[in-house]
Amino acid sequence: MSGPSTYEPKTGFERWLDARLPILRFANDTMVTFPTPKNLNYWWTFGGILAMMLGIQIVTGVILAMHYVPHVDYAFNSVERIMRDVNYGWLIRYTHANGASMFFLAVYIHMFRGLYYGSYKAPREVLWILGCVIYLLMMGTAFFGYVLPWGQMSFHGAVVITNLIGAIPLVGPSITTWLWGGFAVDDPTLNRFFSLHYLLPFVLAGVVGLHIWALHVPGNNNPTGVEVKSKEDTVPFHPYYTVKDGFAISVFLIMYAAFVFYMPNVLGDAINYVQANPLQTPLHIVPEWYLLPFYAILRAVPNKLMGVIAMGGALLTLFVLPWLDTSKVKSMRYRPTARLYFFIFIFACLVLGLCGAHAPDDMVIPGASGLQFLDANINSYVWLSRVGALYYFAYFWVITPLLGLTETPLPVPESISSPVLSHPASAPSGAAASPEKRG
Amino acid sequence: MADTVAGASPDPHVSGDDPNRRDFIHIAAGVAALGVVGGLAWPFIDQMNPAGDTLALASIDVDISKVVEGQQIVVKWRGKPLFVRYRTPKEIEEAIAGDHADLRDPATDESRHKPGKAQYLILIGVCTHLGCVPTFGGGDYGGWLCPCHGSVYDTSGRIRRGPAPLNLAIPDYSFLSDSKIKVG
Repeated sequence: MSGPSTYEPKTGFERWLDARLPILRFANDTMVTFPTPKNLNYWWTFGGILAMMLGIQIVTGVILAMHYVPHVDYAFNSVERIMRDVNYGWLIRYTHANGASMFFLAVYIHMFRGLYYGSYKAPREVLWILGCVIYLLMMGTAFFGYVLPWGQMSFHGAVVITNLIGAIPLVGPSITTWLWGGFAVDDPTLNRFFSLHYLLPFVLAGVVGLHIWALHVPGNNNPTGVEVKSKEDTVPFHPYYTVKDGFAISVFLIMYAAFVFYMPNVLGDAINYVQANPLQTPLHIVPEWYLLPFYAILRAVPNKLMGVIAMGGALLTLFVLPWLDTSKVKSMRYRPTARLYFFIFIFACLVLGLCGAHAPDDMVIPGASGLQFLDANINSYVWLSRVGALYYFAYFWVITPLLGLTETPLPVPESISSPVLSHPASAPSGAAASPEKRG
Repeated sequence: MADTVAGASPDPHVSGDDPNRRDFIHIAAGVAALGVVGGLAWPFIDQMNPAGDTLALASIDVDISKVVEGQQIVVKWRGKPLFVRYRTPKEIEEAIAGDHADLRDPATDESRHKPGKAQYLILIGVCTHLGCVPTFGGGDYGGWLCPCHGSVYDTSGRIRRGPAPLNLAIPDYSFLSDSKIKVG
């Protein structure tokens, strides 16, 4: 889609550089003249927002590492020192901690966007898989980062997650010991988690490079899901999408700033301001909000190994989605039935998140006694999370493959431009006047 | 904006002397973006300056009652060695005699100690050449010799020979009592 390069070096230096390292040509072709579908809506701005979030997390993270001490005796206090003594340390740490949440918020919107508009389908399967790899790297990085402040939730979260590995038959316990570098989560664990927390974002940045590369081969999907047919369907990336992304980024930053400055701890758990104590587990262990749905799936299964497999399966399912979807129509704009199941899927994810935040035996409807069914009361979060998890898997493995074969999609436009151009009367007069003219 | 209706002036930019609303928006947005970047850059730069707890440890009290005549103690202050020297009458005499020598960094011995406390010389023990710690008793002037590049200081800590440009620095300090000083 990118086609032959349109870059023309203007100065002698640009010609000299272009013959040696065509970096300006690359920048021009990928960020300036790149032909982009002209109908992208604001759901498409989250790619740019995510790139910005990765940048913010790396910059603030490198700074925090200048002040943080990865040792069990000093880690907690060094974080408090960052909050109290380091110049603007409070700002940088709150930006980083809330940045993780904003990063996940943006990535979830980005992923749901991809699901809704069928962005994972041919020819974008590799693009989608690279996105799934990025998502896994994000979860790993976020987990390692959450351990570093060495609060109660950090420590016991690390204990719970590393113990998941122990569910693997035979070799599990040995792998857990290997991960810990000892017989419990302790100083060696903290040190290696710090090292990995610093490393993974750069790996992530590399995969983001591949993700963008894989994006620029077929070009962007778009809200109609119809591939670009001609030059008429596209506009240059700059200024059309630099400005659109810039506006979305500004709005996103305002919301982000509201968290950083007015409610910096609302997304965290207060118990993590208590220093880690290996001899006492907090009453209620919960991960950060962005991992709750998977935590709920883990707890929905009453068997340790099967729970881990279910949670891993929920993630791995995303990787094979391009081959589970049998529909030829990409965008759910033209798939009313699929759209209904998709919205239920979003709801199921939210319900799973809610379940992950509650203790399994808490009552969903307070006061209602409910019935005992198998191992738990029906009116409990454990049963709600089972329903949610069942829908999660059914959506990908049953509904998506079957719908593509049975549903009747709405008529799909011939091209991106045709729905607009076929109704010339509906176009506001003057809209066709050269928009590039100033004045 | 009747005067900028398309067609009235085909492209007001060619002349370059007719700033219009779009130019204003471009400049305003650019300035706002620069302001944001600048405002954000400062916390990211300032975080590397000494932190609050580092500054809080910047002054120390030193008990000098244990220093006897002819002796020197070394205390760590702001991460550097601080020399507290109890000078002998002979050393003070030599230092005063040196006032009239050809000094690279002229200073009288009187200006280098507190009034009436000529015996106590308080110096930052960092060679003014490249930061090594000079040792007492070396050199030809009865004072300090820097082992790194051979700078020689006299009994008042003034540079007499070698590559160092300045006398050994004197920190801000005051006597809290006859036996206690506060440095910093």
